[in-house]
Amino acid sequence: MSHQAMNGFGGKVLTLENMNPNVRKVEYAVRGAIVQRAVQIEKELKECLAQRGRISAELLSFPENSSVFVAPGLKRKRAASSYSHFKQAHKPREPGVLCSRCHGVKKPFTEVIKANIGDAHAMGQKPITFFRQVLALCAYPDLLEDNKFPEDAKQRARRILGACGGQSIGAYSASQGIECIRQDVSRYIEKRDGGIPSNPDNIYLSTGASDAIVTMLKLLVCGEGPDRTGVMISIPQYPLYSAALADLAAVQISYYLDEDRCWGLDMAELKRALSAARTHCNPRVICIINPGNPTGQVQSRQCIEDVIRFAKEEHLFLMADEVYQDNVYAEGCKFHSFKKVLFEMGPEFSSTVEMASFHSTSKCYMGECGFRGGYMEVINMDPEVKAQLTKLVSVRLCPPVTGQALLELVVNPPQPDEPSYSTFMKERTEVLAALAEKAGLTEQTFNTVPGIICNPVQGAMYTFPRITLPQRAIDTAKEEGLAPDMLYCMRLLEEEGICLVPGSGFGQREGTFHFRMTILPPTEKLKVVLQKIRDFHVRFTKQFS
Amino acid sequence: MKKLDSTVLARRANQIKEELRQKLRKQYKQVIDLYWGDSHAAGVKPLSFVRQVLAACLYPDLVNSNTLPVDVRQRAQRLLGECAGGSVGSYTATAGIPEIVQRISEFITKRDGGVPSDPENIYISPGSQWALANILKVLVNSAASPRTGVLTPGPCYPLTNFTIKGLGGVTVPYYLSEEPGWELQVEELHRALDSAKGVCNPVALYVINPGNPAGYVQSRKTMQEVIRFASEKRLFLLADEVYQECVHGEKSEFLSYKRVLSEMGPPLSDTVELASFHSASKGFMGECGLRGGYVELVNLDPDVVKCIYKLFSTDSCAPVLSQIALDLMTSPPQPGDPSYPLYSEETQHIKTMMVHNVKRVFEVLNSLPGFSCQPVEGGAFAFPRLHLPPKAIQKAKEMEMEPDLFYCMRLLEEAGVLVKPGMANGPKEGTHHIRFCIMTPEETMEEILSSMSSFHTQFMKDFS
Repeated sequence: MSHQAMNGFGGKVLTLENMNPNVRKVEYAVRGAIVQRAVQIEKELKECLAQRGRISAELLSFPENSSVFVAPGLKRKRAASSYSHFKQAHKPREPGVLCSRCHGVKKPFTEVIKANIGDAHAMGQKPITFFRQVLALCAYPDLLEDNKFPEDAKQRARRILGACGGQSIGAYSASQGIECIRQDVSRYIEKRDGGIPSNPDNIYLSTGASDAIVTMLKLLVCGEGPDRTGVMISIPQYPLYSAALADLAAVQISYYLDEDRCWGLDMAELKRALSAARTHCNPRVICIINPGNPTGQVQSRQCIEDVIRFAKEEHLFLMADEVYQDNVYAEGCKFHSFKKVLFEMGPEFSSTVEMASFHSTSKCYMGECGFRGGYMEVINMDPEVKAQLTKLVSVRLCPPVTGQALLELVVNPPQPDEPSYSTFMKERTEVLAALAEKAGLTEQTFNTVPGIICNPVQGAMYTFPRITLPQRAIDTAKEEGLAPDMLYCMRLLEEEGICLVPGSGFGQREGTFHFRMTILPPTEKLKVVLQKIRDFHVRFTKQFS
Repeated sequence: MKKLDSTVLARRANQIKEELRQKLRKQYKQVIDLYWGDSHAAGVKPLSFVRQVLAACLYPDLVNSNTLPVDVRQRAQRLLGECAGGSVGSYTATAGIPEIVQRISEFITKRDGGVPSDPENIYISPGSQWALANILKVLVNSAASPRTGVLTPGPCYPLTNFTIKGLGGVTVPYYLSEEPGWELQVEELHRALDSAKGVCNPVALYVINPGNPAGYVQSRKTMQEVIRFASEKRLFLLADEVYQECVHGEKSEFLSYKRVLSEMGPPLSDTVELASFHSASKGFMGECGLRGGYVELVNLDPDVVKCIYKLFSTDSCAPVLSQIALDLMTSPPQPGDPSYPLYSEETQHIKTMMVHNVKRVFEVLNSLPGFSCQPVEGGAFAFPRLHLPPKAIQKAKEMEMEPDLFYCMRLLEEAGVLVKPGMANGPKEGTHHIRFCIMTPEETMEEILSSMSSFHTQFMKDFS
């Protein structure tokens, strides 16, 4: 039936029925319905505050305790006093009552805490000073004459600019990324992996790790019907994977992580998932996130070896998402890069297993999500396929040069003999120490709540506790057309202004419920958040029993 | 995936650059790279205001120091206030920082003489091609039979064709008439659509205005014909308008497809479904490396827009610096602002440079036998036609190269000038062109034209 005839005259040209059906299946819970509601509530709060202080909502920044600047010309004191009036008026006494000023529904909270997304700076984490100095120098090279900037920062900036077309970060770079930066990435990987060689030609810089992950999947997915590529991914998983697989019409092969063993990988489960999948697709890829998202587990070395062996035996391409590699907190846990383990297993494996590892500037101690910087390293890739990969990345022209520059600094940070070293180390250590503290605090606090079980947050930036929901809550959710943990999270948002992501967005065993919360809010605020969730959970359980 | 012969050129260029570095070659001092529409790489300076604001946003200590002008600092302060946690390192809302998106919509309304623009329909992305790829993803169903088709111009921006094919779609070329001035003739659109019968199912029509590689600026009349055609044939209209700031012809004026559509009134203005694309890579800013662009959706089904939102959300968001660059592009310094005089001087300098370059390219190339060049009214490139002698075409065949690639290789070897062979842009079969960036400083352009003239004259002699 022709496109025209399908629509009939007068209907829309592009409709749900005739659009690409794969795109309709795409879901990404981290920015899904609950976040949209959170944003709406934030807007309402901002409007009310603006009305109250007669300040333009656009110019006002929030919350008051952060380092965010207030509008130019507005005295900080005046902004603070409007804010405190606002807090008074909106004391959590009468939720649901209309606010006399803005006539919106009164909320029993004054801000929305967005603990849904792994965004450290949004939660108050400070950028690394050295990185920002170099980037400012790259953006506006006239500052190279300014003696407020340290010499080592200027040196880095000059080097980066020298590698850019026209000495400008505004010029396109090679599609694979600026060559000298790829070389530095290689050297970083070699150092990290105890000397195992890394070839810059195998490094592809990208617009965040997500870009590289999607590119690899595009390359790997092919075939029709029962021959269609199957991709193994852990459950729970970071929903970029399920979204990409839906978009590419690949077959998702889910393997469950073992919640009772701290979300560990179970080889028997991998084998089960794979053999079940062989009946309806052609499994070619296994994806693993280490340290894990949302689960935070850090895989043991033994486990990594087992996965590599499995990939070799079953002839699978291994995709190792390692963006949280610096975020390891638990005693006895250590990050082992898949590449290092692969090579230490000897040539039988290191010369045959095909692999891609991914890293990013968004996490670890940098937290520079907004730069969209990242890379992948491909290992043992067929040269003809690599040529196709190189062509594929050229369609995007190049990754953002500012992200590439940032990556350069991450892999080439200040050295002990350089002026910026001590500040850099201090800042880095503080960030990682704070995260470790919050990881422990979170696990402890949640485990004091009847009905919440929380595995240790061994690494990454999230906690994924299991919640017990009363049957009535499950039934109510069904009636409202919601996943039960979505109902739970929505209620939490409306009552406490805390935004989490329901476990259903990540995948979980049937009949179990979870939520993902980030451990990023500043410690004092995190304590308050944990307490509110504890109180809410008790309330919710009582309400629905 | 199609073979990209141009990598042969790129590789050779890198080899020559290396030879020059090692002083193994002396005919020329450097390779002048005019392959991409990259003004900074060609030697044009970034705009000071833009870079100052970006620096202050990156390193907020600068906001409180006297190093930078006061309006720069105020702008940075405002922008940082609009970023989560006051940092350009945070994620933003999927479609972009809401205040920036709002200001972009106001820019669009002002540009279009008051035609309203809804910020909910605007999505910022890492470059306009990224947004275009997302929209194409929605339109192109790789499993469909017959396959999805998209009408694209010949010559065209090759990455768009590449993207369509990569998604499993089919490109249906409609050829622009080189004389006069690369005009789009609606009869040709009809012919192209007819040619698709039995081959594919065309769902969309892609236009580039101002053009790439051909430097035309469409007239309102042409645009109205395109819109009527899209409406009649129920095609989704994709309007790539990234060169809207690059209008050089005295008699040319950029009109957006949205404006023309709106001014045609209902029912067309309420029904034709349109996606328009813009970018921070071109125009006066020329910030290709930042990767900033946006799409505005017009008259789309709201349910489809929800799906588009979800698709964009999987990319998280565009880089914050890119979003800021777009904001600075759409809300530049105004008269009375401390930065205005310098901003005005810098943009005027670029304008003057372009007018000069366009005029000189037209003059010089048309004076050379074997070249014919349409006036460059807009865009970033010259796309002159080569009338190659039969001996040259023969030689190219022997070397298993397209004739225009052969010419470009020779030009690179002998004159150190890297330009793009027109065949990559898919013009009419049997015609040969080269494409080169004309957003270069005036002195560089004179040098280029001089080198090209000498080379071309010799080439024509060698193959006569």
